[in-house]
Amino acid sequence: MHSEKTKHDFEPKIIAFVCTWCTYAGADLAGTSRMQYPANVRVLKFPCTGRIDPVFILKAFQQGADGVLVSGCHPGDCHYIAGNFHARRRFAAFRKLLEFVGVDLERLQFSWVSAAEGGKWVEVVTELTEKVRNMGPMTEFKELALEEQWSGTIDTPELKEAYNAI
Amino acid sequence: MSRIGVFVCHCGENISRTVDVERVAAQVGKMPGVAFATDYKYMCSDPGQTLLKKTIQEQKLSHVVVAACSPRMHEKTFRKAVEAAGLNPYLCEMANIREHCSWVHEDKQEATAKAIEIVGMLVERVKKNRVLPTITVPVTKRSLVIGGGIAGIQAALDIADCGHEVILVEREPSIGGHMAQLSETFPTLDCSQCIMTPKMVDVANHPKITLYSYSEIEQVDGYIGNFQVTIRRKARSVDEDKCTGCGICMEKCPVKKIPNKFDCNLGMRPAIYVPFPQAVPNTPVIDRDNCIKFKTGKCGLCQKVCGPGAVDYEQEDRLVVEPVGAIVVATGFDLYTIDEKPKGSMIKGYGEFGHGKIPDVIDGMTFERLASASGPTGGKILRPSDGKEPKQIVFIQCIGSRAREKGISYCSKVCCMYTAKHTMLYHHKVHDGQAYVFFMDARTPGKAYDEFWRRSIEEEEAVYIRGMVSRLYQKGDKIVVMGSDIAVGVQVEIEADMVVLATAIQPRTGADSLAQKLGISYDKYNFYSEAHAKLRPVECATAGIYLAGACQGPKDIPDTVSQASAAAAKVMTLFAKDKLEREPIVARVKEAGCVGCFACKKVCAYGAVEEKEIRDRQGNLIKVVAYVNPGVCGGCGTCQATCPSKSVELDGYTDEQIVAMIEAL
Repeated sequence: MHSEKTKHDFEPKIIAFVCTWCTYAGADLAGTSRMQYPANVRVLKFPCTGRIDPVFILKAFQQGADGVLVSGCHPGDCHYIAGNFHARRRFAAFRKLLEFVGVDLERLQFSWVSAAEGGKWVEVVTELTEKVRNMGPMTEFKELALEEQWSGTIDTPELKEAYNAI
Repeated sequence: MSRIGVFVCHCGENISRTVDVERVAAQVGKMPGVAFATDYKYMCSDPGQTLLKKTIQEQKLSHVVVAACSPRMHEKTFRKAVEAAGLNPYLCEMANIREHCSWVHEDKQEATAKAIEIVGMLVERVKKNRVLPTITVPVTKRSLVIGGGIAGIQAALDIADCGHEVILVEREPSIGGHMAQLSETFPTLDCSQCIMTPKMVDVANHPKITLYSYSEIEQVDGYIGNFQVTIRRKARSVDEDKCTGCGICMEKCPVKKIPNKFDCNLGMRPAIYVPFPQAVPNTPVIDRDNCIKFKTGKCGLCQKVCGPGAVDYEQEDRLVVEPVGAIVVATGFDLYTIDEKPKGSMIKGYGEFGHGKIPDVIDGMTFERLASASGPTGGKILRPSDGKEPKQIVFIQCIGSRAREKGISYCSKVCCMYTAKHTMLYHHKVHDGQAYVFFMDARTPGKAYDEFWRRSIEEEEAVYIRGMVSRLYQKGDKIVVMGSDIAVGVQVEIEADMVVLATAIQPRTGADSLAQKLGISYDKYNFYSEAHAKLRPVECATAGIYLAGACQGPKDIPDTVSQASAAAAKVMTLFAKDKLEREPIVARVKEAGCVGCFACKKVCAYGAVEEKEIRDRQGNLIKVVAYVNPGVCGGCGTCQATCPSKSVELDGYTDEQIVAMIEAL
């Protein structure tokens, strides 16, 4: 399976938050089956998607991730009974917030990949990598970080007014 | 300051072929906090582990990262080695540079860069790892076995013979499973009933076995050593304690013509019935869908004739809760139904070969019932349509199996052998008959198996035709079977009296919902997954749950019995200890920050969160905080992600550790 390797100008950084029982095992299966996929993804293992705090997703984007993948067991298959349901509900709400903040939701993907779905893992990772590559780098947080080199002085009239009122 | 040791494994060539391991070690060695970094051919080998232990002591390492295969493979191995060297095992982490890197990438430069990043991530993580004490929990030395086929029976008997209590749960009114339906068994042609029924009786008489027949698993709570299993005992309408098994109720029942599932619908049974005469327990059950009393309120004959007064129309389903320490899953298989998609099954029958339309096209199990001395024909091979003896019979193999385009790509393993057996049984019973077999390959690995198959050809005169059947249709009272003989390259046409299809083995319908109750994983066909295909073939990834028989994959009787005994041995290994060490990956509440909102309690699937009062020395209540019972906590961490004040932390997966990993990228 020696496919032609094309060089790209931009290699996105993808961070995957996965649960250890389903998706991590699915990614292991992709390995044992010697499937090939882009090398852009870095996997962080959690016991359960229920453990994944939305703050981690924000943190990942802040740290320069161009795409984030969250993946766990299929609904009903959670090793911890219902962790993935809590995750699903939490992320449904979190997506709205993320959109409000200004993060393009195309950069964030949720999926269910079971321990038997090595092929699906490859598909999901490859698709997300391609999509994010076409979108280009995520610059919003970097720009924000530059803007926020804040001196600590209160320099806008509104802030001054608020400060004096205290 | 931490002194981290990094050990990069070559895994023979598995990693070093695509990852420049020396460069990884050199690069990681420069990272702050890393005191030592090296690479080695096989870290998991004895010299590799010795190197690890020696280096920990010589270099006075504080933390260890082993960059090798998946932690699912060898985390335990290395944590044990680290512990032997005097370090807390939870100060060791594995970086997965094989399954997640070297095996899935080809470009050496790219893979090496990725490996360095992966190891870097784990180095940052391990710095934040804390010493975790092992938690010990008690072990309930009772076992649950789900499924009363040969697998479940064997496992139950082995565990019970060792002196431990066993709860055996069977969905049907009698134990015995598929093996009780078989006529004779390959490769010895032992009568299946003769070797099966004594074991069934052993189960019924064993003082350590509690048999719950006609029962199903409702709910499973808890964890290894401490499961709480809720069992639904379906209403039998007959009191098992009172019933003597005299059978007069069955004789008097006015409803007589209900197809008996046990006889593959060939024989008939009454509405109050035992599936077969040798049933264990020999207590009848009322089929409420067909009973006149339940349908119209009239009749009640069985109750009138029952001497001990065991018939009870008012009986309801009962729920029983049993505490057990280990669970053996032995739910077995269903045969692939070619003509329809069974309810709840994801595999669709492909509706060929006239099965379900032509009455004399039957499946292998139906043939077993025809050939069985206790079957509906008393062991005579007779056509279901007109009761005549078939003089030409065609067997077609690989129905459903090995047909990727039809949904099943695996080999069902037993069909080649049972078809050979069928040709023999047929020849023994119909001396002037001729058997033909259409086959793709004959797969006969196993002790005395190939000899058996050859015997069916050489001594029992079965004609094997290599090739598949292209068309099959009814012509008068014959079935015309058209196929190709690819060995000779000619078309074959046989006018058969009966056709037997060797349909595929698939997991029981509903296997997935049981798996969800148990929290075990299953593959795309719903076969249950073992923890490791080669080295842990009878254990589930979920601790304390073991597999036996065809629920894990197609298996013949010898393999099933071996696996059942192996599962029993695993259960006994577990029960050999009074206390069990469990992973200390549990949630811990930081009481200072906890405001007692109990959002964690609401999301906890285990009921591990308790309310704890904090009082001052005078006994005045200061506040109520959450407390996580470490024995009950499952370790999912949902509470931590939910806690608004970040006052609960999952050991081993703290925010600190995860943020350190994200920041390392």
